[in-house]
Amino acid sequence: MIIKILGPGCTNCHTLERLTRDALAELNLTAEVTSVTDYPTIVGYGVMSTPALVVNDHVVLAGHIPTAAQLRDLLTNATV
Amino acid sequence: MTSRSQPAPAVGGWRRPAARGVTLVAVACSWLIAYQLNRPWWDLVVYEWIGLNAGSRLGSGVHFFLYDSVKILLLLTGIIFMITIARSYLSLERTRALLGGRREGVANLAAAGLGVATPFCSCSAVPAFIGFVAAGVPLGVTLSFLIASPLINEVAVVLLYGMFGARIAALYVISGLLIATIAGYVLGRISPARWVEDFVYHTTLRGTPVVPGQQLTWPDRIAMGREEVATILRKVWPYLLAGIGLGAVIHGWAPADLFTRVAGPDNPFGPLVAVAIGVPLYSNAAGILPLVEVLYAKGMAIGTVLAFMMSVVALSLPELILLRRVLKPPLLAAFVGVVATAIVATGYLFNAIL
Repeated sequence: MIIKILGPGCTNCHTLERLTRDALAELNLTAEVTSVTDYPTIVGYGVMSTPALVVNDHVVLAGHIPTAAQLRDLLTNATV
Repeated sequence: MTSRSQPAPAVGGWRRPAARGVTLVAVACSWLIAYQLNRPWWDLVVYEWIGLNAGSRLGSGVHFFLYDSVKILLLLTGIIFMITIARSYLSLERTRALLGGRREGVANLAAAGLGVATPFCSCSAVPAFIGFVAAGVPLGVTLSFLIASPLINEVAVVLLYGMFGARIAALYVISGLLIATIAGYVLGRISPARWVEDFVYHTTLRGTPVVPGQQLTWPDRIAMGREEVATILRKVWPYLLAGIGLGAVIHGWAPADLFTRVAGPDNPFGPLVAVAIGVPLYSNAAGILPLVEVLYAKGMAIGTVLAFMMSVVALSLPELILLRRVLKPPLLAAFVGVVATAIVATGYLFNAIL
């Protein structure tokens, strides 16, 4: 699984990255997590509100920080 | 808020709409009662139980601090919750669709209005800028949107209403909308395209845009409201308490004529000085308001007070650093110049008519 966190590097993006790593650990999933900070690439995903979460090149969330439970759901759904 | 394919997991009693409704009504009633009882309660505690004198500096200062802290916390909690729920129906993507392909003029006003209502964190200013331009929204209209968003802060509107009443809150909103509309229009007239970084025009929108808000359920929206209240309160409470504390001290002790002399209605340079001090300062609107309340009570002219507050929240260094990524220095300078001028003008206008 390849996960990208889109966002210029503000607090919200860092929070999303931390929550994502926590959720992955809890679900015992391995994934390559990278953050994408350059604007053309971010907008290239059709995302205008950050932070955004991209799983296997699909945007699954944009514009806010999810709760831990929602994040677990998103990641579980993405694996099946 | 959740994936598009799966409904959100309902939490406890929220699963039943009736229980949810009853809870919401009960919470709203407790809020109203607490708001009504705030002043009599602290009158009782400070003046009767502790026995401080209502006429003394200490008594009125302590009362001010306790009463104002509770009032502001109640206002913030109640209104941020409602605003967040209302805002969950609007998104940057929807805003862009509303503004795309419009001509300048009326679109500037629409953009300013949407800038106030559409939720986005300041980190999203640049992706939003690129997204708007790529979707054919004129630059001036995009700028109106980006100016209105920080300038008219919903938390500030709520607090202004609680502290000064409806008239001043309305003045703040109307003047903010006018500034954003006119500034965007003026900047749109100077052919700003040459001062926008090239990559903006070479970025194409690919992928399927996510529309946050499209699939939200009521429990989702309520949860968002609660989270937003918690986030904002966690962020602003130290500033609030410091501001109210400083306010209480000035309220009880500072000589009133100092403020009237420096920035009262008689000083012709009041708004100019206020904006010059306000621009380099960076604070959250909620943090600066308790101070603003006392300055006003001590005789600072209302236009000067509004100009000061707007300059603090609208032109911040972090925001300008972000915008520098897409705007070349001349347009960035014009942006700051036009907005600062408009804020000074608002200050003078309100000092003159009120």
